Amino acid sequence: MAEMDTSGGGGHKKGPGVKKGKKLSTRVDLTPMVDLGFLLITFFIFTTTMSQPTAMKLNLPKDTDKPEEQNKAKESGALTLLLGGKDMVYYYEGILKPDGSNFKSTTFKDVRDVILTKKRSTNPNDFVVVIKANPDATYKNTVDILDEMTINDVKRYALVDIFDVENQLIKVTEGSAGK
Amino acid sequence: MPRVKLPRKSTSIDMTAMCDVAFLLLSFFILTTKFKPSEALAVVTPSSVSSKAAESKDVVLVTIDPNGKVFFSVSDDAPKKEIIEAVNTSRNLGLTAGEIANLSSTNIPFIGVPFSQVKSLASKTKDDFKSGVNWPGIPVLDTLNNELTDWVAAAVAAFQGQKMALQVKGDNNAKYPSFQAVIRAFKKNDQMKFQMITNAEGVPEGTELYKKNMSNMAAGKAPSAE
Repeated sequence: MAEMDTSGGGGHKKGPGVKKGKKLSTRVDLTPMVDLGFLLITFFIFTTTMSQPTAMKLNLPKDTDKPEEQNKAKESGALTLLLGGKDMVYYYEGILKPDGSNFKSTTFKDVRDVILTKKRSTNPNDFVVVIKANPDATYKNTVDILDEMTINDVKRYALVDIFDVENQLIKVTEGSAGK
Repeated sequence: MPRVKLPRKSTSIDMTAMCDVAFLLLSFFILTTKFKPSEALAVVTPSSVSSKAAESKDVVLVTIDPNGKVFFSVSDDAPKKEIIEAVNTSRNLGLTAGEIANLSSTNIPFIGVPFSQVKSLASKTKDDFKSGVNWPGIPVLDTLNNELTDWVAAAVAAFQGQKMALQVKGDNNAKYPSFQAVIRAFKKNDQMKFQMITNAEGVPEGTELYKKNMSNMAAGKAPSAE
């Protein structure tokens, strides 16, 4: 190992006015510097990979207002998901019955099962998921639901405006559940 | 026991060469590190299973902050000056050439004010865009006066038919009406395809997408998560 030799190399003589007559050999141990160097390298290696933009993208399907697109969904194959506040999801199959009897609620974790059961029981050509969000739903809820569409391989889904009737129902359900 | 121990030879290695290599590597990584641009808008995006990387060229970005305020910005290679000029003409903002120049420069990273305040925005500098500043946001919630429609129209005109990447970066807690208004502004301009910036998320096991990805990988194709 490199050493610091201070053992008075070379004959030292006390000359006039010379206090230090010793010749210090300047061998510095470079090991700690190399350690620091590698630490810094590791730091930069890790931060370089992490600063890559991990942004992904979600493509919404084309929303057309043309009537031919709108009428292709059969009632029996339609599953409507309503997003309410506080991460609640309500759903009904087909068309909303006037007495609201088929209006159910679930959470985000269970909605996957709901979608899958409906998907398995319907003809793939008829299966469509209609997503409606009320003003209390957050952006995260919307993105999560769209994500569920991709996860469960739902080919047809649409993001549309909510009806007042449905919004009323959500408010009533939320109110009665005492949330 | 052997009485004679082998004379210890000095094992001092000259570390200079290793030090040189270490510093060379370090310099390489310092130069190739791209730091994340410090954002004046703190937005926590939701996660999704999409695996496509977001575009970084010719980007028109609409940001929605946690309070539902909407901001409009473009990437550096976009024709920002043309957009400002188009909005100036269509909305009669009365901007001078100097103000237009400042608005199109990197001093103003995003627009977060109604049209009535754009003129005062032109006198701001980079320091005014630190995080935590309370911007009023572009008014979008009023269906009759969705200002974002004009901004997007200006962007479409400025790009003149070239490919433009429309992106939406929303915060998790932003409420749905803002997002709905943003989509309405896009629809009015006939922009049906846009991307939503999200964080990466692993595909949950056992789901359809997972099985699809597995079979794609087995067949040697790329994962199909869109």
